[in-house]
Amino acid sequence: MSDQTSQITTADGTPLKLSLHRAERAKKIRSFIFLVPTLTFIFITFLIPIADMLFRSVHTPEVRALLHHSVKSLQGWDGSGLPDERAYHALAQELKLLKKERTLGKVALRLNYEKSGMRSLLSKTARKLEKIHEGPFKNKLIGIDKRWGERETWAVIKLLGKRFTITHYLSAFDLKYDVDGNVIAQPAEQQIHSKIWLRTLWVSLLVTALCLILGYPVAYLLATLPLRISNLLMICVLLPFWTSLLVRLTSWIVLLQKQGVLNDILVWIGIISDENRVRMVYNMTGTFVAMTQVLLPFMILPLYSVIKTISPDYVRAARSLGANPVRAFWEIYVPQTVPGIGAGSILVFILAIGYYITPAIVGGATGQLISNFIALHMSKTLNWGLAAAMGTTLLAGVLAIYWLYNRIVGIENMKFG
Amino acid sequence: MAFPSYAGKLEKTWYYVFRIICGLVLFFLMAPIVVLIPLSFNAEPYFTFTPGMLSLDADAFSLRWYHDILSNPQWIHSMKNSVIIGFFATILATGFGTLAAWGLSRPYTPFRVPIMGLLISPMIVPIIISAAGMFFFYSKVGLSQTYPGLILAHTALGIPFVIITVTATLIGFDESLIQASASLGANLLTTWRKVILPLILPGVISGALFAFVTSFDEIVAVLFLSGFEQRTIPRQMWSGIREQISPTILAVATLLVLFSIALLTTVELLRRRSERLRGVKPS
Repeated sequence: MSDQTSQITTADGTPLKLSLHRAERAKKIRSFIFLVPTLTFIFITFLIPIADMLFRSVHTPEVRALLHHSVKSLQGWDGSGLPDERAYHALAQELKLLKKERTLGKVALRLNYEKSGMRSLLSKTARKLEKIHEGPFKNKLIGIDKRWGERETWAVIKLLGKRFTITHYLSAFDLKYDVDGNVIAQPAEQQIHSKIWLRTLWVSLLVTALCLILGYPVAYLLATLPLRISNLLMICVLLPFWTSLLVRLTSWIVLLQKQGVLNDILVWIGIISDENRVRMVYNMTGTFVAMTQVLLPFMILPLYSVIKTISPDYVRAARSLGANPVRAFWEIYVPQTVPGIGAGSILVFILAIGYYITPAIVGGATGQLISNFIALHMSKTLNWGLAAAMGTTLLAGVLAIYWLYNRIVGIENMKFG
Repeated sequence: MAFPSYAGKLEKTWYYVFRIICGLVLFFLMAPIVVLIPLSFNAEPYFTFTPGMLSLDADAFSLRWYHDILSNPQWIHSMKNSVIIGFFATILATGFGTLAAWGLSRPYTPFRVPIMGLLISPMIVPIIISAAGMFFFYSKVGLSQTYPGLILAHTALGIPFVIITVTATLIGFDESLIQASASLGANLLTTWRKVILPLILPGVISGALFAFVTSFDEIVAVLFLSGFEQRTIPRQMWSGIREQISPTILAVATLLVLFSIALLTTVELLRRRSERLRGVKPS
């Protein structure tokens, strides 16, 4: 019997099983073809740039390329004591060459990110070396600047001589390598990033909490009112959601600045005097108010869609069984809304943690978040590697939270408007 | 409102307090939009209500900031840019997005979930990171500070929105319609044009609107990828807010609010139409 079933063939003699398998595969390929153009497009315009950024965050080619011989002659150096004359000779020759080719700045800048003072040391040395034509260079270099007689200086050159290092990641968290290759904290006056990471975290958490506190009642109201009225009120949630971010930020400046509408009202009512106008924008307050307003719809909409499905019968049952209103709400109603709370909170938190424009416009000096520092390193300090490392770290964090979000609600359940 | 018989006095009071709280939150959401509109008609170059405006004196209102937009070549230029970049990014994103949504909805497509993840990743990744990556890579390949560079960036950012809206209209798509069309002799292209597209068109259009808004409102990628020549409306507003804030910005903002109202209405109408077409009860 089993022999016979395996013998079933299609008209042209191929076994049925094989033929079916082929047909399925053809169908798979045919449906996959629809995805090829878009996948290719996203790969080229988006995923490769992101991958390029990941690569850039660990890739440190400048020193290796430009101080090739010096790096090579440092390979045998074990870090104890000073390198031998070979390294000094190679460095002196290469500094002269770089000065002549006008590429000294690039390598000096890169070394300066790692150890401040390196830039001036290199340019000073290169300048003075122009008059020195013969070795031995060890004593002459130390004569130019005694830092050439310190292990730290050489350790930095050796460290950045590697093609791949994690120095950018260390700087992103205010850490660095010491002369013996151990990871240590940077001097206190250079520690800026840890503070910003922490600030970004607590601002995002606080904004999420604020959105939840403000959004929950509204979502509840919208879901329980008659459809005609709730649709009308829904406009108050959707219109801000659809309005340009810059429009809303402009408006917050108009409302909150010292000569702004809110201060005018407070002065007019007599709560504050004209001289004591409160500064509510270009600082942390501005960041909080604007971020909460911008992100509130992202909390209300998922909460609304969950609350909408909850039957009022459960609370009624709890009440009839003797629970007081608070208890019935807290023990019966709230647990049913947890999926909405989770979805809304994670969505708001993820958006908040990457916020750039809002803090940049209304945050002033004290309200800047990690994204603003990424932008700063991209366009002002031009330390692209550091910007890439910070971006990669932020991305890793966001993807981890998204993974959580996907576990809880599923990415495909995301809705807008 | 009829209270249940078991409602106590406290509960009734709470009911009104609760409504007031909700009212305040909704006001907080709307305040920035509401305040903007009258201030854009201010006759004085101030960002606050003048005594004349409060007493509804007609002289305190004027259209001077609206005239200012039209007479300022920078604003005109940035509007043109926004429309050009938005137009091409929308066309591309709608095409790529619709195709991908169709592919993802086919029952035989392998690896659907990871592919969906990759395709909507531009929406998931914080925009500053996307902008950073594009900034590094596009400057390497010479696309930085060009129109094509910005259009490609905005297309990538818009595709996820098209995929999501079109996928939503494809849920519950009746597969037998394709077979019916094929059995009546239509080839694939005709089936697409005459059967599939009309059914998913509301989703495609609202996806296109999302893509257009994404591009039109996008500022971070523009900040890093555009040169002076490619500045868009948000870029112009950005420098307006940060450098010298003039009430012209309020007039532009008011126009943008009107624009958002028009878009919101269109999307809502399309959503209803799509539900009707698919035979879902309107919610």
